[in-house]
Amino acid sequence: MAEHLLEVRDLKQHFPVKTGLMKTRMLKAVDGVSFTIDSGETLGLVGESGCGKTTVGRSLLRLYKPTGGSIKFKGQEIDDTNIQGFRKQMQVVFQDPYSSLNPRMTVNDIVGEALDIHKLCGTEKERDEKVVHLLELVGLNSDHKRRYAHEFSGGQRQRIGIARALAVDPEFIVCDEPVSALDVSIQAQIINTFKELQERLGLAYLFIAHDLHVVHHMSRRIAVMYLGKIVEMAPADEIIGYPMHPYTQSLISAIPVADPKKARSRHRIVLEGEVPSPLNMPSGCSFRTRCRYATQQCADETPQLRELRPGHEVACWNPQEPKSF
Amino acid sequence: MAQTLLQVKNLHTIFPTDSGEVRAVNGINFSLARGKVLGIVGESGSGKSVTAYSILRILDNPGRISEGSILFEDEDIVTLPPGKMRQIRGARISIIFQDPMTSLNPVYTVENQLTEAIRLHTDRNRAQARERALEMLQLVGVNEPRKRLKQYPYQLSGGMRQRVMIAMALACEPDILIADEPTTALDVTIQAQILELMQELKDKLGMSIIMITHDLGVIAEMCDEIIVMYAGRVCERGTADEIFYNPRHEYTKGLLRSIPKLDYGKEKLTPIGGSPVDLLNMPRGCAFAARCDSAMKVCLTQQPEEIAINKDHMASCWLNVRDGGEGGQANG
Repeated sequence: MAEHLLEVRDLKQHFPVKTGLMKTRMLKAVDGVSFTIDSGETLGLVGESGCGKTTVGRSLLRLYKPTGGSIKFKGQEIDDTNIQGFRKQMQVVFQDPYSSLNPRMTVNDIVGEALDIHKLCGTEKERDEKVVHLLELVGLNSDHKRRYAHEFSGGQRQRIGIARALAVDPEFIVCDEPVSALDVSIQAQIINTFKELQERLGLAYLFIAHDLHVVHHMSRRIAVMYLGKIVEMAPADEIIGYPMHPYTQSLISAIPVADPKKARSRHRIVLEGEVPSPLNMPSGCSFRTRCRYATQQCADETPQLRELRPGHEVACWNPQEPKSF
Repeated sequence: MAQTLLQVKNLHTIFPTDSGEVRAVNGINFSLARGKVLGIVGESGSGKSVTAYSILRILDNPGRISEGSILFEDEDIVTLPPGKMRQIRGARISIIFQDPMTSLNPVYTVENQLTEAIRLHTDRNRAQARERALEMLQLVGVNEPRKRLKQYPYQLSGGMRQRVMIAMALACEPDILIADEPTTALDVTIQAQILELMQELKDKLGMSIIMITHDLGVIAEMCDEIIVMYAGRVCERGTADEIFYNPRHEYTKGLLRSIPKLDYGKEKLTPIGGSPVDLLNMPRGCAFAARCDSAMKVCLTQQPEEIAINKDHMASCWLNVRDGGEGGQANG
């Protein structure tokens, strides 16, 4: 089997939280997540707020130091001593194009900063050319170089964020909700830009978002997270067409469809209750408190991912008949 | 035909600023029938929230209504004295804001905030108001309502806060509920719960809803009629089916094309090119012309009139005029 670009095994990210004067408890933001990403592939990561999807992205880049598990990039284990080298190959695009760009820096400085840090350009002229090339790559032009971030619209700012990530010629980019803050018409432009860049440069993405439509459009495979764990992982069309985990099923059925006739005839599974606090997780399967199929086994034992259809893994004791919504 | 409850005629709302006058709402017309759900869609800055704030007359300074009328039953809201407006606001027309995190007062308990509206608009005493508050919390599906009454907003989750907001808005049984992006800040499974709740309450209490959102999915699920806004104007309005299956304005068509769909292939999305219009620098003709692939010469110079496509459907686009004005492509 060919080597994966990125191999994550049993990743854990626990944060200590003070719950009282002398008491500390562990918040298990990510609790045993494993997946792989191949060169040029997109893995989508979906889930609701607080499920740990952003934490996964940040732990991969060691913006948080993982508390457990292993992360291998091209077969090499990433740790504190060699992360600096990997940063040239792994980059990130953040959600909020308003707060992730320094308002006191020009576009030239923002995009060029990484070039300086990694000493990628010998001469001033070379650096200039590289910055202009990057801006053109993401659909901006050289006139934009001297401007500040506040002079741009949301969509253009996100393009600056992408240019910054591309500056070091990475092979892998964590896209953390990169289009959530944008209007629909602009969202489509940025999604297309991500796809074009992937084709041209052979990039691999971890595409994190809460919008299943967007993730489905971008990804080859999709992983669904709930309270720090992956509950279902499969090829994109398989997840949408044949979801088997009760959580994925309700998630898909809850997405409003922009089609009135379909909306009227559709059967929606509305989940009872809310996501439990990650400080106070249920025993066994963490979804069981909201699951209508929960049994005693779900409270006693934690289900692991099992392959139930080709390439389709589900962590559930009572997987449901696949159905589309 | 259902009874018309609210009629907005030629509404203009402007914000004078140092760099010029921003025409946030620029001559819009629509009406709302009793018991119906009207959706207003548009991008940020299209004027959908300002329309709602104009109806309630809660515009931020220096915004003001410069022209037009808003008939609620037979009274014109625009010219109502402030005292009378206060009797309508919160009692007969109420609003749920987008962000449940910031629209509740953090230093008052849920009970305090709920009973304030009830005591202001009805003659219930403290104990009766408290009973009513409890009843409302149960109605909107807040668990352990007695305990919640004593809690502060920070102790509640986002979905719970939005339920409290809805309880507050509905406590006086309004005729019209304005929901300004009520679920945008919530997760999809919680969004589904809130939308279901709103639909249920609408049927139970017989009110009308004005649903403001940029999410075409939410619109499709909830609304009977739809208004599409762009740069302060209505591009198109009509029944949900007409707008979704027979769009007659290029902007609406673009919007519908630009959303990724689950059941289609993954071919490239068709975004609307360009960026939203600068409200300080509005073009002479159709505001959308600069981003429109089918723009003609006439679009650049003349504002299109609203044309009836059929009895359920109005659109403001020159392409619907049979002769197409002077004809000829403008944008190549």
